[in-house]
Amino acid sequence: MIVLKDVLALLNGELLTPGSPLEVACPKVFASDLMSDVLTSAEPGSLLLTGLANPHVVCTCSVADLAAVVFVQGKRPGPEVVDQARSKNLPLIATKMPMFEACSRLAVFFKDGSHGR
Amino acid sequence: MAAEDVYRQEFPVKGGDFAKAGTVACRIKELLKDLGFDAKTVRRAAIAAYEAEMNVIMYAWQGRMDLAVSPQEVRITVDDQGPGIADIELAMTEGYSTATREMRELGFGAGMGLPNIKRNSDVFHVDSQMGQGTRLEIIIRTNGHKP
Repeated sequence: MIVLKDVLALLNGELLTPGSPLEVACPKVFASDLMSDVLTSAEPGSLLLTGLANPHVVCTCSVADLAAVVFVQGKRPGPEVVDQARSKNLPLIATKMPMFEACSRLAVFFKDGSHGR
Repeated sequence: MAAEDVYRQEFPVKGGDFAKAGTVACRIKELLKDLGFDAKTVRRAAIAAYEAEMNVIMYAWQGRMDLAVSPQEVRITVDDQGPGIADIELAMTEGYSTATREMRELGFGAGMGLPNIKRNSDVFHVDSQMGQGTRLEIIIRTNGHKP
C-alpha cells in the first residue's frame, strides 16, 4: 500500500491536480503505455505509471477504477486532460524520472515488489 | 423495451472520432452507478462498453450502442456500419490486431479489445457481414443484485 504523498516524495513528483487528497492509498502499481493492457490487467485502485499523456489515459483510468496517474519522463498532459481528470476526481502527478527509475523506486518502497505489478 | 428493463438508452458513435472516445462508456458507467449496481458489475460493463466503443471509432464508419438495464442484467448491443470482421475467431485471439500506427500511439489496438469484452461479459456474441458491419451483443449478469 502506498499513499500519494509518498509517491510525490519518492518520485520528486508534481501534483497536477491541486487539492487532490494525498492520503489516497494504492494497494498496487501498474506501469504501461498501452491502455489496452490497463483495461485488461490493472486492478481497481491501482496507481498507473505511464508515458502516455492524452485524454484516453484519464478515460481509461475512470472506466477501470484506477486511483491515480503518474506521468513519467517529463510528460505532461494538456490543460484539457487535467480538467477532465479533475472532473473525475482522478489525481495526476508528473515526474521527470524515466519509467524504469520510477518503477524501481516504487518497487523498493514495496520492499519485495510483491504488491506492485 | 423488455418488460423488466428499468432503463434503456441509445448512444450514437462516430467512426474516427478519437477526440470523443470513451464518452459513451463513461456515461454508461455513471448511469449504472446511479442505478445502484455494485462496483464490480459497473466496472465490467464500463470496460466492455469502452472496448466496444473504441472498436467502432477505430474501425467502423458509424455505429450505435444500445444500453438496456434490468435488475438481472446489463445488455449492451453495438451495431456498426463498417468493413466487418473477416475472421471472427482470429479477431478473438489475444494479440491479433489490424490497428494502424495512429491507434497504437493512442494506447490502443493491442489486439485485446474483443477478448477483453468477452472476459468482462457473461454472454458475448459477435456477428459480422463483410462490407456491411458488425453487431456485438454483450450481457453482464448482476448476480441478483437489484438496483
